[in-house]
Amino acid sequence: MQARLASRHAAERRFRLYGLFAIGVAVATLGGLLFSIVGKGYTAFVQTEILLDVYFDAAAVGDLEGLGDDERTAALRRVDYAGLLRDSLRAQFPEVEGRSAVRALTALVSAGARTTLREELVTDPDLLARRVPLWLTADDEVDMLMKGQVARDLPESERRLSDAQLAWVDALAAEGRIRTVFNRTFLTAGDSREPELAGIWGALVGTVLTLAVTLAVSFPMGVLAAVYLEEFAPRNRWTDLIEVNINNLAAVPSIVFGLLGLAVFLNVLNLPRSAPLVGGLTLALMTLPTIIIAARSAILSVPPSIREAARGVGASPLQVVAHHVLPLALPGILTGAIIGMARALGETAPLLMIGMVAFIVDVPASLTDAATALPVQVFLWADSPERGFVEKVSGAILVLLTFLLLMNAGAIVMRQKFEKRW
Amino acid sequence: MVDRPVELQSLPGYYGWYAALWCLVPGVVVALVWLGSAPWLLDGATLNGPGIDLASRSEAEVSLFMNNVKNLASGNIASLPDDPTLKLAAERYGELRGRGAAIASALAALFACAGFSYAFRRIRPDLAARDRIERVLRLTLMACSTLAVLITLGIVFSLLAETLRFFEKVSPIEFLFGTHWSPQTALRADQVGSSGSFGAVPIFTGTLLITSIAMLVAVPVGLMSAVYMGFYAGRRARAFAKPLLEVLAGVPTVVYGFFAALAVGPVMRDVGASLGLSVASESALAAGLIMGVMIIPFVSSLSDDAIAAVPEAMRNGSLGLGATESETIRNVILPAALPGIVSAFLLAASRAIGETMIVVMAAGMAANLTANPLEAVTTVTVQIVTLLTGDQEFDSAKTLSAFALGLVLFVVTLCLNLIALAVVRRFREEYE
Repeated sequence: MQARLASRHAAERRFRLYGLFAIGVAVATLGGLLFSIVGKGYTAFVQTEILLDVYFDAAAVGDLEGLGDDERTAALRRVDYAGLLRDSLRAQFPEVEGRSAVRALTALVSAGARTTLREELVTDPDLLARRVPLWLTADDEVDMLMKGQVARDLPESERRLSDAQLAWVDALAAEGRIRTVFNRTFLTAGDSREPELAGIWGALVGTVLTLAVTLAVSFPMGVLAAVYLEEFAPRNRWTDLIEVNINNLAAVPSIVFGLLGLAVFLNVLNLPRSAPLVGGLTLALMTLPTIIIAARSAILSVPPSIREAARGVGASPLQVVAHHVLPLALPGILTGAIIGMARALGETAPLLMIGMVAFIVDVPASLTDAATALPVQVFLWADSPERGFVEKVSGAILVLLTFLLLMNAGAIVMRQKFEKRW
Repeated sequence: MVDRPVELQSLPGYYGWYAALWCLVPGVVVALVWLGSAPWLLDGATLNGPGIDLASRSEAEVSLFMNNVKNLASGNIASLPDDPTLKLAAERYGELRGRGAAIASALAALFACAGFSYAFRRIRPDLAARDRIERVLRLTLMACSTLAVLITLGIVFSLLAETLRFFEKVSPIEFLFGTHWSPQTALRADQVGSSGSFGAVPIFTGTLLITSIAMLVAVPVGLMSAVYMGFYAGRRARAFAKPLLEVLAGVPTVVYGFFAALAVGPVMRDVGASLGLSVASESALAAGLIMGVMIIPFVSSLSDDAIAAVPEAMRNGSLGLGATESETIRNVILPAALPGIVSAFLLAASRAIGETMIVVMAAGMAANLTANPLEAVTTVTVQIVTLLTGDQEFDSAKTLSAFALGLVLFVVTLCLNLIALAVVRRFREEYE
């Protein structure tokens, strides 16, 4: 008996260890995920810049005498800024000869630097015929080099930066002409094929517009449906069917809602493809069951005594609901709505189905402009081969996770502060 | 001279709302009818107008023509073909649209005025305005709740319609039982590689493979987490572990997919290479593992609910007889909570089958009929995404097969959910 007791206690200890191990596995994977994403993504918020003395050659601009204001601006916009960049780089490295070498030299600076030069000249035409030191965005390969992502010891044929390019970057760094600054482009620019020019602003605006439509459609309808099902519906087979239906819809895969949105909103109703309106409507269909279920449980938690007291002072059934039950159930309903919105924020599959998978550079200005959403942007960038996009994806994921954290924390705070225990 | 004060049946505001509703609702209904039917009416009237003969054009050309007409009529004159019929049609379209909008607005205003005057005349002190308004509001509430049924019907009908069109081109037997999935349809008659085969069995087995790997990870981990947190963990440990599991549940699936594609897949491949096995970088193992991690919180919280529903008395009785905690759990609690736990597993499996982003980013795209988790397989959801985000026209068998796959997915997850519900309802013991 004693021996059996010892083995039983040993089994007990093992069992307890299994449980601890299981939780450990979950925590470890989460930790690994966050560590990996943060490790890859925090560098997305800084950007390498190169200090170049740019000579705004008056000869490249042409004759500006006697032109009106609009014509001057148009002429300034037409200048060959790539040529100005090339000449400035050659002035910095006069020993570089030959077309391919010069091309390799120009590849150190981002294509977006041309736009920077143009904006500088158009804002201040007095820069003409002057040599001005400007900080210009570096190309994504140089950016990766400065962030330590390029292995210098690989043979040259396996690297994207040649030995000559590495030497030039080192020379610039020795002169203090390379710096890393906060990457404003990432948070203010739209999408781009170049990693150093890509930003999440377009995706953020698209997400906000889409979620606004989702909230505006699913919240009122969900609450009203829950009110009807809880307060007014007779208990018959039809309402039983509706209840089973809602519970099933909450468990349908999200891609099926995408197919529904594609078939109904795009094919039958001919709404514009890839618009936040369609995305919002599709996500609203998906969030509706969640909001109905949360609202029903919130309304159910209001005690019957409140309702009876209201009827007692002469309120009609609708007045009881509108003036007494709903205000008391509101914290629970809002918590459920925030959680539903947080889920909709992270959804990608339905948005892929309704066409938000295109390459959109412009920031959407209305509900019917083509747009993209942040999780879809993450998905699209994850497909790109450039190394620079790996950190951009991770950075975008960090922004997304921050929003989700804020929303969920808000829901929890609201639940703690406002929910009444009857 | 003042009579005795008049008694209103309802509060004054209700009478105002009565008149307002009678004015607004007819007008809004007319406006909605116009907005809904305008596309069909305008298209038909423009195409059948005088001087416009499109009998010689195919259906696709006609719809392209109408697209150009609408663009021209709204002023986007980017680069349209120089077609006199086009200009004629665009003028007619614009004219008809203007006239239609004017007629609709006039009708809406007319109905609104008629409604208002009718309501105004009926306002009397003994009109039960509150009751009327509440009847309308109650109808609105009922309409909102019927929306849920409409959504389900919409899903079923839209998927069914496209699937039936697909089955006109490809036989259902070949789809459900064929073993070769190569969805290509020719754009031209003599195109090479135009023979498509639509046997979906490799896709189904791929889905099953990845789902079983996911369940192999999630079921033990989730169940044991629930057991540990329910019986062994102190208050502080529970306050630490529960939010962590909720965070696991809240991470978007794109993030999991990115992590699987970037970190887990290559690690698996390298580990396999060092062991002498050839592991694909898009192996079912990598995708299945991460999917399992994703559904751990699901299994854990549902099992926790099932275990918590077993009354304390049974646990205390078993402990009182001298059983250790683990023996109590294994012999008393888990068998009592079994229906709920089985239902949790079924719901988790349904979630895993319907999961899209993790497999799109981490699993392969070529249909591969295999049971080897180290190879790359594809799933139903990956195929739906690839088929519908490509650039085939909407009628081809290739895009229609996506809807057929979607219908299969919907039916399978629905059956799993219904079985889960039935298991709980039929086998759960009532202890109260």
